[in-house]
This record gives sequence, C-alpha cells and structure tokens, in this order.
Amino acid sequence: MVIKHKYEMPEQPPKERIHNFDEVPLGYDEETAVKEAERCLQCKPKPCTKGCPVGINIPEFIKCIRERRFDDAIKVIKESNSLPAVTGRVCPYENQCEGNCLLGKIGEPVAIGRLERFVADWERKKGVTVPEKPPSTGKRVAVVGSGPAGLTVASELAKKGHEVVVFEALHAPGGVLLYGIPEFRLPKEILSREIDYIKRLGVEIKCNVVVGKTISLSEIKKEFDAVFIGTGAGLPRWLNVPGENLAQVYSANEFLTRVNLMKAYLFPEYDTPIAVGNRVVTVGAGNVAMDCARTALRLGAKESFIIYRRSKDEAPARREEIAHAEEEGVKFMFLANPIRFIGDDAGNVTGMEYVQMKLGEPDESGRRRPIPIPKSNSLMQVDTVIVAIGQTPNPLLTSELKGLKLGKRGNIIVDDNQQTSVKGVFAGGDIATGAATVILAMGAGRRAAEAIDEYLRK
Amino acid sequence: MYKVIEKEILHENLVKMEIEAPLVAKSAKPGQFIILRVDEKGERIPLTIADFDRKKGTVTIIFLEVGKTTKKLGTLEVGDCIESFTGPLGEPSDIRKYGTTICVGGGVGIACLYPIARALKEKGNRVISILGARTKSLLIMEKEIGKYSDELIVVTDDGSKGRKGFVSDALKELIDKGVKVDLVMAIGPVIMMKVISDLTKPYGIKTLVSLNPIMVDGTGMCGSCRVTVNGEIKFACVDGPEFDGHGVDFDNLMLRNNRFREEEGIALKRYMEEQWQCIGMGKKHGDKA
Repeated sequence: MVIKHKYEMPEQPPKERIHNFDEVPLGYDEETAVKEAERCLQCKPKPCTKGCPVGINIPEFIKCIRERRFDDAIKVIKESNSLPAVTGRVCPYENQCEGNCLLGKIGEPVAIGRLERFVADWERKKGVTVPEKPPSTGKRVAVVGSGPAGLTVASELAKKGHEVVVFEALHAPGGVLLYGIPEFRLPKEILSREIDYIKRLGVEIKCNVVVGKTISLSEIKKEFDAVFIGTGAGLPRWLNVPGENLAQVYSANEFLTRVNLMKAYLFPEYDTPIAVGNRVVTVGAGNVAMDCARTALRLGAKESFIIYRRSKDEAPARREEIAHAEEEGVKFMFLANPIRFIGDDAGNVTGMEYVQMKLGEPDESGRRRPIPIPKSNSLMQVDTVIVAIGQTPNPLLTSELKGLKLGKRGNIIVDDNQQTSVKGVFAGGDIATGAATVILAMGAGRRAAEAIDEYLRK
Repeated sequence: MYKVIEKEILHENLVKMEIEAPLVAKSAKPGQFIILRVDEKGERIPLTIADFDRKKGTVTIIFLEVGKTTKKLGTLEVGDCIESFTGPLGEPSDIRKYGTTICVGGGVGIACLYPIARALKEKGNRVISILGARTKSLLIMEKEIGKYSDELIVVTDDGSKGRKGFVSDALKELIDKGVKVDLVMAIGPVIMMKVISDLTKPYGIKTLVSLNPIMVDGTGMCGSCRVTVNGEIKFACVDGPEFDGHGVDFDNLMLRNNRFREEEGIALKRYMEEQWQCIGMGKKHGDKA
C-alpha cells in the first residue's frame, strides 16, 4: 500500500515561536523517519538523485534509514555533501529531489529533506566521525570565502589529500549561512558543528582576512597552486526612491547581519544594537525577505508587512517559507510597490507612499512585468523599512585580478568546470551565478573541486 | 587574537594603542581604516589607521572613549588581546603632487590626518596644517604633524593653546590672504567637515573629507555606512572613506550617525553599572570576570 502523504514533522506553534529565536521545525524522531523511509519506492531510475545539485545517492541513504543503519546513511550522504545538517534545513527540495520523486505523481513525494536532516542530527547527537586523512599530495589550494561554495570546495579537496586554506573576511566562518540565515531556520550551533567537521578534515580557516585588501589575490596566486573564489553576492540592491537613506531603513543584509552574525537579538547582552519599531515593512518576496519579516516579529514588531510588486505566484520565496510567514502573522501586500519613504525632522521613518501594480507581458526573467496603475497612490504609516530586493556580486576582489573576465552584472564568468579566464583560478556560487541557493553554490563547489583536483594532478 | 603592544593615555579618555597585526600593517596605506571587535560579544567598529610599522608588524589606533565599545577597548592593557582586527579597509588617499595642500584636522580626526599629511609632504607638496581641539589638553599629534608641515596653525575653542576660534576661521584667513590652495584635506567631526566644505565651495577649492559613519562588516555588504554624494548612494567602507566634500550630504550623515543613539545609551549605562559593581566587589576597574 502506498502512503500518499508525508509523515508530519512537528513544529513550534506560531504563537510561541514568534517570541523566540529557536528553530521552528523540530525534526523527525527515529520511528517517524523509518516509516517515512519506507514510503520510498526504491525505483531504478533515481530521478531524485538527478534533481540533486550535489548528486547525493538518495535511494541508497533512504534504504539505510529503512534498515536502521543510520551510520551507513550518513556515510552515503557525506560522500557528496559535507553540510547535510544545513542542506537538510534550507534546500528547496520541492524543486529538486522531491520535485522529481515518482511518488509525487500520485501524492506527496518522499520527505527527502526531512530524512536528510534526521540523519545529520542523529550523527551529531552521537558524535561525528571523521574519515582518515589521505596521503598528502603536497599541493596547496586557497579558497576565498567560507560560505557554502567555499566550504564545499575546501572539504572535497581536503578529502583528496590537498592542503587547503580558507580566507574569510568576517570574524567567523560560514558566509551567508552565518550572517544571512536566521537562527530559527538554521541554528548557529549546528552550523558551527558542520564547520568543525570540515576543520577536522584538515582544512585551515583564516578569519579577518579580506582578500583584495589584507592580501591581494595576486599574492595568494603566487603562494598557492590553485585558487577558488566563492565570495558570494554581497552587495545589496536599492530601490532608488526618495527617503531610502532615512535612519530606520535597513538593507536586508544589514538587518540580518546585525541579528544573525552579531547577535543583536541578544542586545544588550551582546553589544550590537538593532532598532525595530511597531510597524515594519519589508520590500521584496524572496527567502531573504521572509527571513527579515519573521525576524522583525521576533524582535518585537507589532505588525510586520511584506510589500511585493508582483503577485504571490511570482514570489521567489519557497512556498514553505511563505507559509511559515503567514502562520506567524506577517501581512502580505501583493501587487504594490513603494515609491517613497517619509521621515520626520530627526530622520526617522514615519510613512511610506506606494502604488498599486498590475501584471503585463512576461519580461526577460519569464515572469510577468509589473506595471504601476496611475493614480493608485496610498500612504501607510510605518516606522521601520527593510529593503530585501536582492544582492549583486561584491566587486571588492574581482576588480583587482588582471584578466579576470566578468559578466555584465559583475559576476565572474566560468566554464562548465568552474574555471575562470585566469589559469588556476576557479570560481563558483553566487559570485558566478548571481544570488541563488545554498545547494547550487555547493554543487558548483563540488564541480570546482573535481576540476581543481584534475588541474593539480596534471 | 591581536595583542596590544603599546598603550599611551594621551589625555583622560583619549587613548593611543599599538596593535600587533602584521598582515594589516603590511598592506596599510594612508587614509584607510580597520574594523575591530573587542571581545566575543562585542560590536564591530571602524577606526582609522593613525600609523603603521611594517617592520614591527603593528598598526596604531587613537580613539576617544565615548561609548561602551571604546570604553571597553580603553580598559585593555599592554599584553591583552583584541578579539578581531580586520583591515586595511577602504580606498587609500590619493597621494599626488597637488602643489599647496592644507590639512585640516579636528579632535581625534587629527590621528587619521597624520599619515596623509606625511605622505603628501613626502610626495613634494607644500603642506600647511591647521589643527583644532576644544582645549589644549585634547590637542593631539601636534609634534608629529608639525614635522611634516611647512606651516602649522593651532586653534582651540577656548584659546588655551594657539589661537582662539575654529579651524574654519584659520582656513578662511589663509584664503583671504591670497594663499593659492590646490587641495584641502579635512578630517574631524562631521560638523567641522561640513563647515570647511561650505567655506571652500565658493572658491572652487578641491576639498576631500574622510567620513566615519556607522559600519558593520566594512566590506560593502551591509550598506549601514551609506552616504549621499552628489545625489548618489555611496558606501563609505568601499567607495570611501574619502569623498568630495562639496558633494556630501552632511545633514543626512549626521542623522544616520544617531540611528542607534538610544541603544548606545542603554549599552553604556549598563556597562558603567557593571563596572561599578566590580569595583564594589573589590576588583579593579577593567578586570575581566
């Protein structure tokens, strides 16, 4: 008999969780995980694995769970993914593995993401085992940036016996996993355990080094046999409307960095402040916007709004994230766009003027172009604004290396093997693709690691 | 961890520290800054590089103890460590042969001005320095900057040292006297930089200012430090910290610098109370828990 629905994963109730930063989904217990694993048809074509950007042998690890061989399950996952507790929480499974699952044609797909998370958490509780170090190849690789792409390259190359040094500009490793994704979606304790695993593989992580400033990329190139650039898409985009420089207008990056990296939610226990008023509006409807709107509630906002110029169907956030935000009481204003922010004499935000939008013909992104409706202006009282309309690649480092070919948006151009226009220099993740997902960056990291390994062995 | 190699109290709450940071020292250039975090729970604050010694591998910072972070930093003694110290950040000053340059420094801004004045002099410019402070005891680096200045004018608000008045008065006098000025480099409180920029604008004298807004990462990621220059959004951390003084929206900068005034007050009050409790329990000021 086929069970058409996923086994439920318990969650913190919305009314409770908006008052804390603890994780929202609570994970499967052993029994539920085994039952969910039993739903898998173990079909031959493995469409799920084809949907996985890092190519995890999914039916195999599910089979292990079914047979309660959890140790083997984690081994199978870690063959292709060094950050399973992270991806088991933040991957858009519905578009990848689960989107391809045969069961999805007759009901809900196997909850692959929940199972991955279960195994990773199981291993963490029991103590992580580190594979034996392979013999050293004597080759040295520099990785710039310790986000998902960089950490993946680093761990894969270390497993192949290369010496890897990761350079991180901030004071702690993790990149967007650390500064971008909130505690209630990815507890930092879990992230630091995953990074600890990568360090135990032999990877050295040097924090507080801004490549391009502290050391030049050219110097690094001289000292290492190969270089990987995974510096992400760190530059916030702005609306370019009047009032955007008022005191309580944050970029999503600033808002989240203060809260996540600097732990401003624990102010004054921690020194970094954050100021959130009663009515907070977040502009944009991607995952980052959902994170901001939900964080605002947890910081004490009485009302948290999302304003988005297209409709719900076009919203780039994962459905699960939108649902979580709705459950928590975030109010959505679709087909509306701010045209100015209004402030008082002291520079505080007091209001927002916005227009209604309608959808026209599809634009180059394939989504229907939003068009302002004339004379549809309204005013709304707000006291905090978060601009979450995307990021572009940070030019801090790419401007320095001669011969490095860049795309129109400042992204590094790479071939199928993540090789840049400069010999021995590889790149991947958001710096090459523009802002995308954690798992795509990790997929690029795996490809780069293969290509770097081949390059070093030549 | 970054060790405090030397510490000198210049005046009451004005502190000079030499920090061991060889990588930063190796790449540091005049006009750049660092971001530091005193301890694990600390915030990230930018401080300009007052000097650097590549051979010794050290960077000098000068700061006024005003808030919790700078007060906490001031309690560190030689041999203590700073949790993180990142840099050099920002674009270095554009050191060229301009001709006659006037270096205007106010308060702690003088610290930032010093390596720039030195570099300008070494490049063959005629350097006239105007240094200002509230009162005599708060005037810093007079000797150091004097060494690289063809002319040095000291101004204090209360007249306790040099002339009584403001740096802008001294600059105006020079201009009125007919000194041909090719560049004014002004570093100090925002209001001082605004007044200097307003003064030079009608004369068309190129004026650079070095801005120090609130920052978090310092690498162009967060935009906390955004300033409006000639109508465009610029990030002081990566596009600056130096900008054309005639294009800077100083009023907006002053408003943005007060963004967290309330929170800063809370943090400072709580910190001072903790310090008092420590003293009450027989520990000396600055002892760690």
